[in-house]
Amino acid sequence: MKLDIFLQQVPDGDGTWWQSLASGLQWTLLVALLAWIMAFALGSLVGVARTTDKRWLTRLGDTYVELFRNIPLLVQFFLWYFVVPGLIPSVKVWVTTLDPTQHQLVTAIVCLGFFTSARIAEQVRSGIQSLARGQRNAGYAVGLTQVQTYRFVLLPMAYRIIIPPLTSELMNLIKNTAVAYSIGLTELFFRTREMGEMTFRYFEAFAAATLIYIVISMAANRVMAFIERRVAVPGYIAGSH
Amino acid sequence: MGDLDFEIIGRALPYLAGGLRYTFQLTLVAATGGVIFGTLLAMARLSSFKPLALAAAGYVNLMRSIPLLLVIFWFYFMMPVLLQSLTGAERPPQIGAERSAYITFVMFEAAFFCEIMRAGIQSIAKGQAGAGYALGLNYWQVMGKIVLPQAFRNMLPILLTQSIILFQDVSLVSLLNVTDFVGAAVKVAQRDSRVVEMYLFVAVVYFVLCFALSAAVKRLQLRIAIVR
Amino acid sequence: MRRFITTIITAALLGGPVAAQDLGGTLKKIKDTGTITLGHRESSIPFSYLDDKQQPIGYALDLCMKIVDAVKTELKIPNLKVTLQPVTSSNRIPLLQNGTIDLECGSTTNSVARQEQVSFGPTYFVINVSAAVKKSSSVNTIADLDGKTVSTTSGTTSVPLIKSYEKAKGVDVKEIYGKDHAESFLLLADDRAAAFIMDDILLAGQIANARNPADYRILPESLRQEPYSMMLRKGDAPFKALVDRAVGAVMKSGEIEKIYAKWFTAPIAPKGVNLNFPMTPVIRDAFKNPNDKGV
Repeated sequence: MKLDIFLQQVPDGDGTWWQSLASGLQWTLLVALLAWIMAFALGSLVGVARTTDKRWLTRLGDTYVELFRNIPLLVQFFLWYFVVPGLIPSVKVWVTTLDPTQHQLVTAIVCLGFFTSARIAEQVRSGIQSLARGQRNAGYAVGLTQVQTYRFVLLPMAYRIIIPPLTSELMNLIKNTAVAYSIGLTELFFRTREMGEMTFRYFEAFAAATLIYIVISMAANRVMAFIERRVAVPGYIAGSH
Repeated sequence: MGDLDFEIIGRALPYLAGGLRYTFQLTLVAATGGVIFGTLLAMARLSSFKPLALAAAGYVNLMRSIPLLLVIFWFYFMMPVLLQSLTGAERPPQIGAERSAYITFVMFEAAFFCEIMRAGIQSIAKGQAGAGYALGLNYWQVMGKIVLPQAFRNMLPILLTQSIILFQDVSLVSLLNVTDFVGAAVKVAQRDSRVVEMYLFVAVVYFVLCFALSAAVKRLQLRIAIVR
Repeated sequence: MRRFITTIITAALLGGPVAAQDLGGTLKKIKDTGTITLGHRESSIPFSYLDDKQQPIGYALDLCMKIVDAVKTELKIPNLKVTLQPVTSSNRIPLLQNGTIDLECGSTTNSVARQEQVSFGPTYFVINVSAAVKKSSSVNTIADLDGKTVSTTSGTTSVPLIKSYEKAKGVDVKEIYGKDHAESFLLLADDRAAAFIMDDILLAGQIANARNPADYRILPESLRQEPYSMMLRKGDAPFKALVDRAVGAVMKSGEIEKIYAKWFTAPIAPKGVNLNFPMTPVIRDAFKNPNDKGV
């Protein structure tokens, strides 16, 4: 394996192959971060909706989760990138005014955000439902409204319980950003393939990408473990369910 | 776009059906192979022989921390060379994208099935294996006759759920130009510039199939729970 | 397991894909296996593409079949099995190198950079890299694309060409990449891109197959002239000689005129359109003096 390839200039590009991969990594991290924020917010809302006593709300939440869970991610990318603008003229008009990179970025975030939110919703629901019923009733008994009960009693505990599955969802999300290459977003996997295609040094390119993905996976894992320790309730072992 | 033409789907139906057949085949082979190889991996991870346990854990963690797409491309480009040095053959064996996909998915899914089976094996009370050894059974007999059948049974719903995820992940092989269900649809869509119709159709078919399959798994889960 | 790890480490030390000579000669491989595997494209009209039965056809495949015939005679295997393997711009070279395909019959530019990795047969077409635009747009020259979005296919020679054009002329275009020509064209058809920059003949092929061919035109400007040829593994002199001989014979005998006419000046599948792309002097010259010079 010759590592000097990483220091060679990209033909007619603006830097070395190493810098090209690094710029891909930035896109990967940016997409993952923004999609995670979106997925966490949406997933929490939907997850909560599925545990309320309103029938129609739980139904709606269930449908949401089923919709995003039962279509392959790649197909969801095609739907957001090709079908939505194709079907809705106003979206098409908006999309054509966008810088193509922005369009790819927005598509990737929205697609991964919705996809991941359905998975988070499922975790939030099971987290809340794993709590003893008495907790909810205790909340109501001390005069909290339903919203307050969720905010101050149920969610704080549920989130702590589901940190381990949320960690694996975060790692899944980071890995799933690679699928955004299918719409031409120049993230890490795109840059890896590009390097392979242009230098024919597939082995070096793939090996570098593999290492980078392992490192970010481990970093995400560490961060979540840190959060888990920070927020742990003494005497209550999170994740023992 | 404006004018949608769904007749295109009717005309392409035989071709699409061929793609769907390949998708099912790949899912089936990968699930079966993955469970077998994954179970072996799980036994290795739980082995008291440290190097073996470490190697298995390393493999599983590696597969789980890199994107499936990267794994697919690794195998696709590197497998012929790898197989050549493994078998000592004179030249790299010819592996088309289709065959490469079979091996890739078995190897990749094995890591995920391994973790499920490991949990399954650990869910069986230690005393059962002990009882087996007391009766004079050896390791393979204890695993094969006592532990694995129960572990498999307990984990069946999770194994099936993972297989549904696998069924969806198979779509990624279309990026290798393989004519799976999505690959077939992409080819027709691009040739006839009917992207909207074809991709919608693919989404609907996948949704209906996966929804029905997960509903079936849920029912099975309830039944197993009652029996237990 | 340990064997597996050793292999990975060995592969790493060797620097990944093993070089071509390790494969043994292509002819020996064909003789031993009784099979030749041709790599083909799926949307390189009319060189190598799928018809409406999804069967690969095209000008390059016709020429490759001449090579297959020569292999049959040379090795005395009349019932030689021909396997067809689809390839894309981005995987054609690794698949040739790792032995998945023996001969690539598509629309590959014979470039000096690629010659470090693979060998080429005689030039069978010469193209100009140009841009397809919608007639309704105000773009008349490539320079007009300044500030606009252009699509191109990843893994092609057009990618660095656009970048060097930008640097030389001080224009700024944004590129989006399709995985194959059909997808890149779709980006233009869908107004996601103002132009599709690619080899002129491939643009003509895409336009001919578009829903409204009259909506598009190709700019009369060239970023570069490029020869096309079939690819084979590097360092395989006997097979290279056979390819040169078989294709050279077709060119010298004038049979090439018929094959050329069939694909470039007559209606072709799947829609029965005629590309109307008569032989240019440069192409005629390439047929008169078969050569494998790259750009």
